[in-house]
Amino acid sequence: MELGTTVLLAVIQIAVVMGVVLLSVAYMTYAERKVLSFMQDRLGPMEVGPWGLLQPIADGLKLFMKEDIIPSGANKIIFAVAPIICLIPALIGFAVVPYSEGFSLLGGTGGTITDLNVGLLYIFAFASVGAYGVILGGWASNSKYALLGGLRSGAQVISYELVIGLSIVGVLLLSESLSLRAITEHQDGGFWHWNLWVQPVAFVTYVIAAVAETNRLPFDMPEAESELVAGFFTEYSGMRFAFFFLAEYANMILVSCLASVLFLGGYEAPAEFLNFVPGFVWLALKTWALLFFFIWIRGTFPRVRFDQLMKFGWKVLIPVALVNILVTAVGVYIVNN
Amino acid sequence: MMQAIFIYLATVCVVCAVLTVSLRQPVYNVMALLTMFFHVAGLYVLLNAEFLAVVQIIVYAGAILVLYLFVLMLLNLRSESRHLHRQWPFAVLILGSVAAMLVGAMQAGGFGLPTGEAPAQVIQAVGNTESIGLTLYTDYLLPFELASLVLLVAMIGAIVLTKKELIQDHGEEQS
Repeated sequence: MELGTTVLLAVIQIAVVMGVVLLSVAYMTYAERKVLSFMQDRLGPMEVGPWGLLQPIADGLKLFMKEDIIPSGANKIIFAVAPIICLIPALIGFAVVPYSEGFSLLGGTGGTITDLNVGLLYIFAFASVGAYGVILGGWASNSKYALLGGLRSGAQVISYELVIGLSIVGVLLLSESLSLRAITEHQDGGFWHWNLWVQPVAFVTYVIAAVAETNRLPFDMPEAESELVAGFFTEYSGMRFAFFFLAEYANMILVSCLASVLFLGGYEAPAEFLNFVPGFVWLALKTWALLFFFIWIRGTFPRVRFDQLMKFGWKVLIPVALVNILVTAVGVYIVNN
Repeated sequence: MMQAIFIYLATVCVVCAVLTVSLRQPVYNVMALLTMFFHVAGLYVLLNAEFLAVVQIIVYAGAILVLYLFVLMLLNLRSESRHLHRQWPFAVLILGSVAAMLVGAMQAGGFGLPTGEAPAQVIQAVGNTESIGLTLYTDYLLPFELASLVLLVAMIGAIVLTKKELIQDHGEEQS
């Protein structure tokens, strides 16, 4: 295939995937407000458009037009760069998520922007870089609350990334590949072939760690508003604030996508007779189910204390994930022999 | 094309490495080092070692450097007014001679060395991660285990150092 076609194909797929992701981010904020409202016996946004459906667009416009304030005493360069460092890793991970069975497009193959053979590690590599944006943003603001929020987030992300890394090892042992497409294809054959049934413990530890990793309630230490005003982005406003916001929601969608691929069969249909539905619909359904779960626990649980969070990560989740690896490894060895 | 990418990556690596030791603001040093890690990862990608590239980012950028940043923020360092150590002429002398030696060695050896047992095609046939795993856990098992032992010792040492007071308190209670 010619270089020109390859580049064109890549650009088209990137444009489509980014469009869908950013639209999902916008409507994730809407879904969150609506679902939380219904849980609290309210209606939520109703004014802009029918049932408030245009609310995310109004919010977006508002954020773009707001005044951009840089606090005095802030480190201007780092202050400007931090939101970007936060956002890029959240979006770049979608490059390796397979959203459909391979299909041919312009003489090339579609279905995923690029099928790296180390796809899973690639996502984690960039996810770990996202922490820089948070820590640097907190530091550059020259504010106590922001600095504390940034430091808390740093500690939290480092701890819970270990848990995420350990929980996926079981899946890797089963599928014998780091490529997300290979992992999805390994779960082919319907509902009962999903990794969820072979790796239930890993699924639970992964989901808990994913909530903590994306700084969501009940683990939203970095921005605990009752203690830290708004955490690391206290001093941010306008566009830069919007970037942090986008990054948080894009990260949520990314970890949910990843959970669907790793444990829920990705784009595979749950049963044979449903195969006529295109793969990306299944991936979207599974991802949105997990996103609903995110909102659900936000509406249900109170925030934990910071020391409880650390203790829970290091003394409960990591040992459980390690035992899970050991058991899976022994199991795979016995089955293979 | 490859050559151009290599020259770009290598140049940024060197420039960032110099900036890492020469910038005055500690946070900028960390940022320069971060940029360098990414470009080193790029070099690995050029050499068809995707696994190493990704692990380079996870381990160095994602874990070690975040801890550096963490410590920097807790210490609240002022940017140093006189950042060159007074022994810098000696450092320049020694590093200059090492660099001259390296250049000399490269000139004498040339770049037309034979390729190793596992050129890119062989590795791609097995898979990047698989070939590293197989080599690491068969041919290099002993060094691997030794390295993990060293890390374990360091870990226990760190715990003992940080928990010194607790251990002493406990000892006094018993006596």
